[in-house]
Amino acid sequence: MINKSLKELAAMLASKDISSVELTQEYLNRIDRHNPEINAYISLDQEKTLAQAAAADQMLAQGTASALTGIPIAQKDIFCAKGWQTTCGSKMLENFIAPYDAGIIERFNAVGSVNLGKTNMDEFAMGSSNETSYYGKVQNPWDRRRVPGGSSGGSAAAVAARLCAAATGTDTGGSIRQPASLCGLSGLKPTYGLASRYGMIAFASSLDQAGPMAKSCEDMALMMNVMTGFDERDSTSLNREKEDYTRDLGKPLAGLRVGLPKEYFAEGLEAGVAKVVEAAIDEYRKLGAEIVDISLPNTMLSIPVYYVLAPAEASSNLSRYDGVRFGHRAAEYDDLMDMYCKSRAEGFGAEVKRRILIGTYVLSAGYYDAYYLKAQQIRRLIAQDFERAFEQCDIILGPTAPSTAFKAGEKADDPVAMYLQDIYTIAVNLAGLPGMSIPAGFAPADDGKELPVGLQVIGNYFDEARMLNAGHAYQQVTDWHTRMPEGIA
Amino acid sequence: MSLSTTDVKRIAHLARIAVSEAEAEQTLQKLSGILGLIEQMQAVDTTGIAPMSHSQDVTQRLREDVVTESNQRELLQSIAPAVENGLYLVPKVIE
Repeated sequence: MINKSLKELAAMLASKDISSVELTQEYLNRIDRHNPEINAYISLDQEKTLAQAAAADQMLAQGTASALTGIPIAQKDIFCAKGWQTTCGSKMLENFIAPYDAGIIERFNAVGSVNLGKTNMDEFAMGSSNETSYYGKVQNPWDRRRVPGGSSGGSAAAVAARLCAAATGTDTGGSIRQPASLCGLSGLKPTYGLASRYGMIAFASSLDQAGPMAKSCEDMALMMNVMTGFDERDSTSLNREKEDYTRDLGKPLAGLRVGLPKEYFAEGLEAGVAKVVEAAIDEYRKLGAEIVDISLPNTMLSIPVYYVLAPAEASSNLSRYDGVRFGHRAAEYDDLMDMYCKSRAEGFGAEVKRRILIGTYVLSAGYYDAYYLKAQQIRRLIAQDFERAFEQCDIILGPTAPSTAFKAGEKADDPVAMYLQDIYTIAVNLAGLPGMSIPAGFAPADDGKELPVGLQVIGNYFDEARMLNAGHAYQQVTDWHTRMPEGIA
Repeated sequence: MSLSTTDVKRIAHLARIAVSEAEAEQTLQKLSGILGLIEQMQAVDTTGIAPMSHSQDVTQRLREDVVTESNQRELLQSIAPAVENGLYLVPKVIE
């Protein structure tokens, strides 16, 4: 049951082999059993969840069901869901009960999907290990001493440990793809502007994008059909024709031009990861793809550019947490200024504060041109790298992350080392392109433990259907995506 | 570009975040590391390159100037730290 695809689950629900209430209860039981250790969920509300499942059963009985009706989905705790505690991984929002639904949540509700619970994440999505969450670390189901990646670490662990049928994530610099890589699942960040940001707690608005995290590309295509679409309440939402992301699944890959950026295979990439990625590329050769060498010369600059733009936008977005209308307020203070300063000092964790300070600094008087403007200019150079690359190829393949899952605490005290986790993913956000990670095998860690490795697929703007087919074709000839960690029975 | 703890405290004040002396000291080290990383940008010649804020060529949408929100004062204030008679309470700012 727990390894069934969304399509198989939908068929079982349609044929009444199982009801949504039964399926949901099965996942809630699994969560009861494993979440105390794995800590993938921050908040659960069985009553609300089961009421949604019962309503889904009604839809199934009435014949108004669609692909995801009655399917239990884990929602990253960055999405406001009406009546649910919505913390964004922060103490600041510990008491925040969302008064409305995010656009993404509305879409899942409209098709009768079941919200299983809100998943753990790095505080305000700032982190690559889930260690910055106020609600505790998340264990990587493949090795409980290791991190699941971040910031969508709870969603990744929930999918990997089969504590949900599928999950949502958000990706500002790699927050869907890197945890998908470290936990051995499939994760997709769509083209910027396809998924609504309404009610998705803002980190860096020009980069944030929601996407699916699931067991396969086929599952992600079904999730994409629900998650994407124009939302007038999101000022950067793109008004485009609705697409069916399953439309290309099953098309042959013969003649597909696959670009390999030389910068993604250079120094910094672990040998074990490189070997797995190269084996995956060989599979694409066998599937008839044509391999092309390409160059993305400004790759290394994506990290400094990101660590100007993202903190600058974050410092501005997070100024709303003032302890007045919602969120944490300090118990004692002298005056209004003191109330702001203390509430924010108490409500935010160390990494969030660091990024707010960096952002405040680069935006402060006299520094705008040297930092923010400069970063936006280099951002264009990075986007132009991809533009040139896509003249030579249809998709780009490479590693998602430079290493497999690292041990908890290993990089927690060194922000710069942590930031380098996102060296292959950040440029994709800066350019606004779609990118995904799919399981491609295992590499041994320094202690001999075999850990999942993700293959990154980068596509041109709005080319998600082709990317999903490229992943799907690979998942038809390999079984990495069906592997499950031990100890999750 | 090297920061001092005085700079850190000034930036923290701009960001409305209280920092103790010890925190300012610790933060200084971490921020310096990050700023060192950012400094790599300065080696790039960006003369004549238009800054990029969105990947697509889009403009700000406008909507009709009509009321679209309903009154949800009670719901929205139910999550506020301190309210009275439908107003948000803050420390006195005008004598």
